[in-house]
Amino acid sequence: MNILVCIKQVPGSNKVEVDPVTGVLKRNGADAKMNPYDLYALETGLRLKEQYGGTLNVLTMGPPPAKKILYEAFAMGADKGALITDRKFGGADVLATSYTLSQGIKRFGNFDLIICGLQTTDGDTAQVGPEVSEQLGIPCVCNVKQVEGVEDNAIVVNMEMSEDVERLKVSFPCLLTVQKDICEPRLPSYKKSKETATREIETYTLSDMEDNDEHHYGLNGSPTQVQRIFPPESHKSRETWEGTGEELAGRIYSVLKSKKFIA
Amino acid sequence: MGKLVVHQDKITDIKALMAICPFGAMTEKNGTVEISAACRLCKLCVKKGNGAMEFVEDKPKAQIDKSKWQGIAVYIDHVEGHIHPVSFELLGKARELADKIHQQVYALFMGHDISGAAKELRHYGADKIFVCDKKSLGEFNIEPYTKVFEYFIKQVKPAAILVGATPVGRQLAPRVAARFHTGLTADCTVLDIHENTDLVQIRPAFGGNIMAEILTPNTRPQMATVRYKIMDAPQRSKEAKGTIEQLVVPENELASRITVLGITKKPKEKSIEHADVLVVAGRGIKKKEDLELVYQLAEALGGDYACTRPLIEAGWMDPRRQIGLSGRTVRPKLIITCGVSGAIQFVAGMEHSEEIFAINADPKASIFKVANYAIVGDLYEIIPQLLAQIQQGRKIA
Repeated sequence: MNILVCIKQVPGSNKVEVDPVTGVLKRNGADAKMNPYDLYALETGLRLKEQYGGTLNVLTMGPPPAKKILYEAFAMGADKGALITDRKFGGADVLATSYTLSQGIKRFGNFDLIICGLQTTDGDTAQVGPEVSEQLGIPCVCNVKQVEGVEDNAIVVNMEMSEDVERLKVSFPCLLTVQKDICEPRLPSYKKSKETATREIETYTLSDMEDNDEHHYGLNGSPTQVQRIFPPESHKSRETWEGTGEELAGRIYSVLKSKKFIA
Repeated sequence: MGKLVVHQDKITDIKALMAICPFGAMTEKNGTVEISAACRLCKLCVKKGNGAMEFVEDKPKAQIDKSKWQGIAVYIDHVEGHIHPVSFELLGKARELADKIHQQVYALFMGHDISGAAKELRHYGADKIFVCDKKSLGEFNIEPYTKVFEYFIKQVKPAAILVGATPVGRQLAPRVAARFHTGLTADCTVLDIHENTDLVQIRPAFGGNIMAEILTPNTRPQMATVRYKIMDAPQRSKEAKGTIEQLVVPENELASRITVLGITKKPKEKSIEHADVLVVAGRGIKKKEDLELVYQLAEALGGDYACTRPLIEAGWMDPRRQIGLSGRTVRPKLIITCGVSGAIQFVAGMEHSEEIFAINADPKASIFKVANYAIVGDLYEIIPQLLAQIQQGRKIA
């Protein structure tokens, strides 16, 4: 079984702030890391590979330093990695991102199963996975909470819905997005990390894609356009209260009352 | 569209220019500035770079004819005909938007045995309710559901489609948007509409610290998802207004590579993620019996209770009640932490709560950095007094 796990590098912290005076984003130089949800996708893929055999491949898109997370995936047990990187892919919204990924996936290989994390911690949309599946013309199941097993060129999974759990059988090739509590991700192995430190990874730019019309990528290929960004209006107070237990209880009571938490 | 051009000769201070970019996409190479793939084309450098950066527009793309796409559609989310309340909220919002541009509101309702429920929609402001009632749509299966959606869009050509950000909506909407190569904005918190039918979509970006205003200016339909309880629920009107129309989709179009093997109802468990009010116990609670204070306060406020990791490790509460990176992420309207010190792993799981009251005896506790009300005091004195006041207040009322 050929498995592909799509992973993304995200900022270590999402505490980005806009300077209210200048309107400039304040950068905090926080360390970038692998999207936490992707660890569950990786672990799901690794376990399937261990049980049924095959290869586990990882793909990411981003600036060249994003390579780092491919090596992290190698240290967990991934076999092959590829990076999609090109300035022309910048400014992509969900559609352009998923299109670029689908082009990169076609370039990378033929996969029976593609696994993504439920969402990222920076974009938070949970939309890229299902859009990639549509662009590849393969079925997808999101919110997978359990993988039961692989049989007759298909995979049986449980999908979490709001009131129930659906048990589904999906033919290969297909795409799954997996939830956080699906499994406990393993820690990277020091030994594997040493062994794979110099492993070659493939890099794809626009010219490597089957479709190399730059109008389909990045900002140009994005139907949505950000008109402006602005800090959220904050009506929030920041107060420190000191006093006796009775005084403090009284103040809490009146604020809760005025904010209608107490009828 | 277009691209960024660097005017090296106009750069006065390379470091200052590079510092403008929030994504670190500018790098210096032999005294010249280059832009890397980290660029998101936010164009802040154009705005703030004193002419050093320029955004060069391409030839404008052919503009679509927006008059061919009319009306605001709402996808009706339901479980076995029980309509999810987010769909009513969206019908209310759709009505408001449609009235602004003098267009119609459509509802798209697919499933099995839903004709009765479809009638109910006539009381919520939809002008036309398109129903596709088929046995093969009995359970959610993304392939046939997307197909029905496709038929609906091709037939009705709505300007915009609103979808609830439910487990169904969050996978169905992107699948449909990709099929029509159109824009989809997730989790909008504010929606408005321009006269030219461009939908103004505002959503939090970067985890909520920044708001982004997004348009889909040159593709149709425009698609947006909205979470439950973001928009106001409309009043049910006594009069039933809209008309019900059958959406015809040939059965052979509904084939799928996914087979539904079975459905299990989830036990109805109250989850702390759904609570509007949470009272949280931390290590300041000295013994297990004292959790009673937290339970009572939660009950008095009509909320639920939760705790930090050390209490889970001590076996004082069900692990499903743990807040934090290794537990649940919560975003209630009100959270009151009692004796919680505020480790970052905990804070990450609750910092987006709307109102944060933190009670802690240590004035230096880090929880106070995220609290809206930092209450320095002994929870063993404060909570009983607070409970007494709430009780007293009820008597007067």
